[in-house]
Amino acid sequence: MSESEIPEGSKDIRCIVCPTGCLVHVEKISGELVFEGHSCKRGVEYAREEFISPRRILTTTMRVENGFLPLIPVRSDKPIPKDRLEETLKLIAKAQTTAPIKMGDTLLENVFGLDINIIASRDLIEM
Amino acid sequence: MKKYEVDVAVIGGGSAGIAAAIVVKKAELDVLILERDKEIGGITLQCIHNGFGLHEFEEELTGPEYVQRFINQAKDLNIPYKLDTMVIEFTPDKTIYAVNNKEGLIEIKAKAIILAMGCREKTRGAINIPGFRPAGILTAGQAQRFVNIEGYLPGRTYVILGSGDIGMIMARRLTWEGCQVKAVVEIQPYVSGLIRNEVQCLEDYGIPLITSYTVTKIHGKERVQGVTISKVDRNFDRVIGSDKFIECDTLLLSVGLIPENELTREAGAKISQMGGPIIDNDLETSIEGVFACGNVLQVHDLVDLVTAEAKRAGLNAIEYVKERYNKKIEKKDQIKCTTGENVSYIKPDLINRTDLSKDIIFTFRVKRPDRRLLIQFKDDKNRIIYKKKRRYVIPSEMLEIKLNLNEFNIDSNINSIEIEVIPRPEVLIEKD
Amino acid sequence: MIYDVIIIGGGVTGCSIARTLSKYNLNICLLEKEAEIAVGTTKANSGVIHAGYASPRDYVKRHLCIGGNKMYTQAAEELNFPFNRIGSFVVALEDNQIKQLEEERKKGTEDGVPGLEVILDKKKIKQMEPNLTDEVVGVLHAPSAGLASPYELTFALAENAVMNGAKFFRNHEVVKIKHQDYVFTVRTFAGEFQGRNLINASGLYAARISRMLGLDYFSIMPRKGEYILFDRNAIQLNKILFPIPTKVSKGILVCPTLHGNTFIGPNAQNITDRENISTTTAGLKEILEGGMKLVPNIPARSSIRNFAGLRAVPDTYDFIIDNTDVYGFINVAGILSPGLTATFAIAEKVVEFLELLGVELKVKEDYNPIRPKPERFKDFTKEELDIKIKEDPAWGRIICRCETIPEKEIINAIHAPVGANTVDGVKFRCRPGMGRCQGGFCRPRVIEILSRELNKKYEEITKMGEDTNILMGKTKDFLLKSERGGARK
Repeated sequence: MSESEIPEGSKDIRCIVCPTGCLVHVEKISGELVFEGHSCKRGVEYAREEFISPRRILTTTMRVENGFLPLIPVRSDKPIPKDRLEETLKLIAKAQTTAPIKMGDTLLENVFGLDINIIASRDLIEM
Repeated sequence: MKKYEVDVAVIGGGSAGIAAAIVVKKAELDVLILERDKEIGGITLQCIHNGFGLHEFEEELTGPEYVQRFINQAKDLNIPYKLDTMVIEFTPDKTIYAVNNKEGLIEIKAKAIILAMGCREKTRGAINIPGFRPAGILTAGQAQRFVNIEGYLPGRTYVILGSGDIGMIMARRLTWEGCQVKAVVEIQPYVSGLIRNEVQCLEDYGIPLITSYTVTKIHGKERVQGVTISKVDRNFDRVIGSDKFIECDTLLLSVGLIPENELTREAGAKISQMGGPIIDNDLETSIEGVFACGNVLQVHDLVDLVTAEAKRAGLNAIEYVKERYNKKIEKKDQIKCTTGENVSYIKPDLINRTDLSKDIIFTFRVKRPDRRLLIQFKDDKNRIIYKKKRRYVIPSEMLEIKLNLNEFNIDSNINSIEIEVIPRPEVLIEKD
Repeated sequence: MIYDVIIIGGGVTGCSIARTLSKYNLNICLLEKEAEIAVGTTKANSGVIHAGYASPRDYVKRHLCIGGNKMYTQAAEELNFPFNRIGSFVVALEDNQIKQLEEERKKGTEDGVPGLEVILDKKKIKQMEPNLTDEVVGVLHAPSAGLASPYELTFALAENAVMNGAKFFRNHEVVKIKHQDYVFTVRTFAGEFQGRNLINASGLYAARISRMLGLDYFSIMPRKGEYILFDRNAIQLNKILFPIPTKVSKGILVCPTLHGNTFIGPNAQNITDRENISTTTAGLKEILEGGMKLVPNIPARSSIRNFAGLRAVPDTYDFIIDNTDVYGFINVAGILSPGLTATFAIAEKVVEFLELLGVELKVKEDYNPIRPKPERFKDFTKEELDIKIKEDPAWGRIICRCETIPEKEIINAIHAPVGANTVDGVKFRCRPGMGRCQGGFCRPRVIEILSRELNKKYEEITKMGEDTNILMGKTKDFLLKSERGGARK
């Protein structure tokens, strides 16, 4: 990753890899990231990801028109950049799908051109 | 009255019930699942977040994805199940009475029963919050059901009492549905659930976690208009002068779970203090041929461990049907398991003396969080049978240890084993 | 139309009067301000049917109580509401209190209270009630005391009244009353009614209603009483237990309920807000301490619920049942304890007053005092259930797991005369939500059934009337609204 892709500034990041929950201080100094406060290598890796490009798996529901239930639980098949979560949720809120659905079916493809799909978390039969 | 006869009846078609039934069906015994809801899958179906399956499948799945895999297996094996069917009673001779609107009253005679009814949530009355009783007070699980299954939002602005995982997960869920969660309030001085949830459900959204506080009053006559929270001291008494008002239209309670054993109690099985049936190392209750697994036995944090426990219950039920049913082989000689320092409960409650040569899975929880510990098993003469170091313990994480006690030179004449969780001796020395 | 009698207030008092009057050839209507009847004091009191020795001798309430107590046996048979004469103990914890018990026994027996006895044999006392403290030195035993479900009684009264022609109007809060040419015109938020005789049975608001006619001779002070309810698996009592009474109240009881649970309460706290039914930390602590004096092993951890009720306490501390100076207007106010016990006697008193007012009281030919017992799943044998479910599958879909309540009972509760139209209405009529899980499992299903039977949207279903909607919108509603630019953070 080039120096310009690494964000500027510093951040305190709580590591979630193990229950110790170290508070890792990450700072860009002279073009490189410096880490402080971690107690293991996994923590550094996690903090690096979180600092440069924090992402989350999105799990929510989507409306179903003729299903056994009015909603189907869905998830993003890959983690989504944190700053795109809100728009993705709104996109899913506007969408609707129809039964029958099988777990793993893609319900929304390639959201925002990010190569991330919204897939079904379960089977759902028709009403 | 419609009558059925089966080898094994499973009461409850959630993660525990389905996993147990799969094991029984694979052994080619007759099994029947009785489920009160309109589909099998249980509570995991409404847990649409991810974090499930890390042990069982070494993948990270959402709740529905996890249980769908078992539902698919059950359907592939043609396991029979009844939906919208409420068990109203079962008797010590393993006759079950259930009701549904298609068949009416049903009688099921089983050789063995596996209890898998799950748990229910603690309510406001159970924790005695004074105030009005307006609309807008729900438990976190009720809210989760409305939002994820029924498709309704109970409110717009929330305060959540209890920082267990359910409470924190709902904080994020509601935020992701366009609601505003004002705070998560926790009576202990530490977060109750996983740090991962604290970060990804609260910190990510700027939702404050207020520890050492509790809700002391609910405002609003018809609809919740806000809550008063107050600081509590180490004895959980209210600190005078610490009251704060938070405006909100909904209060969610995430204040604990209780195993649902009304049926078990009415059948005459012995129930332990934490609400689950008393069992031996075979997961067998005090009623012969009746086994328990999953949240009805003890409240679990990971569904993966529910699955493992349910599989064991299934295997033990099979063994009972094949080897002990109708043979009047009583389990007499049993060793008690008791709780020692910082242990709030231990399962199994009893160990069959004849099973000392087998692997026994102990599950327990601590009362208080702590670091740098020693888990010790002692006999009734205070001799240490087994010890294991552990870096940290928290009440919200159930601990599991698999032991073959004979491998540790246990005196087979003892009457009880005590499990304790104590600071390591070197830690105590350091403190001096 | 001009009614013969308009009754204001749908609590036990108003409904009891309506039922008694429905016997006669009269056009009767009852106006209730809330969405359901039996929502005020009626809903949240001890449910104790008192023997009657406790009130002072020169008080109207004493005699109406002793008389009313006797009427419960026949009423329970006719109206089929839960009632059980289990008897009560007044518990003396000190020797110098025995004299007081003896005095109560003597005066009570003279005034017609049956079966009163002072028991000093500790062994016998503990046999009758094993949970009682070992500190007991003696008890006053009143076998005629009992338990009734105040709201189930009220529903039975209302149903029987409607069966016999009375009309009930809910969501009708009275705002103005005019009296002209011997006719009362009663205006509510939702309509107007005319009647020749007007009965004020409006509980906490009785003084306010009375003032609408210029009659300002009494005041009603709300006095709060808090209760804690315990799981039936944790403790079961045989007798109603009273402490030695104080001047102010009968004290904090420990009392079984008809459903097998146990409650403690009430305390007594004067307040000013007539709608303040909140419970308080101090109050709940007070009750717990009071209760433990009588029953030391009260299982504090097994509490299911706490609630509070407001007594309508008149400044006279006695019932105010008057044929007033406004011809045709009868006050039935300040019905504090033992108002529930006295209810049938109070209704008869109102009949006497109407007679004095010249109202013609001719018994209807087709009057039917019997209100059939509501069918309950729990009352059927297994064989009967099987048949019932085959006749109507709604008997086989269990909605409330804790209390084993099928869909059919809920449907019946909704479609009964003056039937339930809210979630709490369903709860009080047939119990879903009253058990261990306090609605955790059944609430979504109760909302579904109300929505379907009343043809309303889920979001329109309320907990207890106006502004108590349980759900605020459909999932995705808020996200979609904010999309359209309606900023809601």
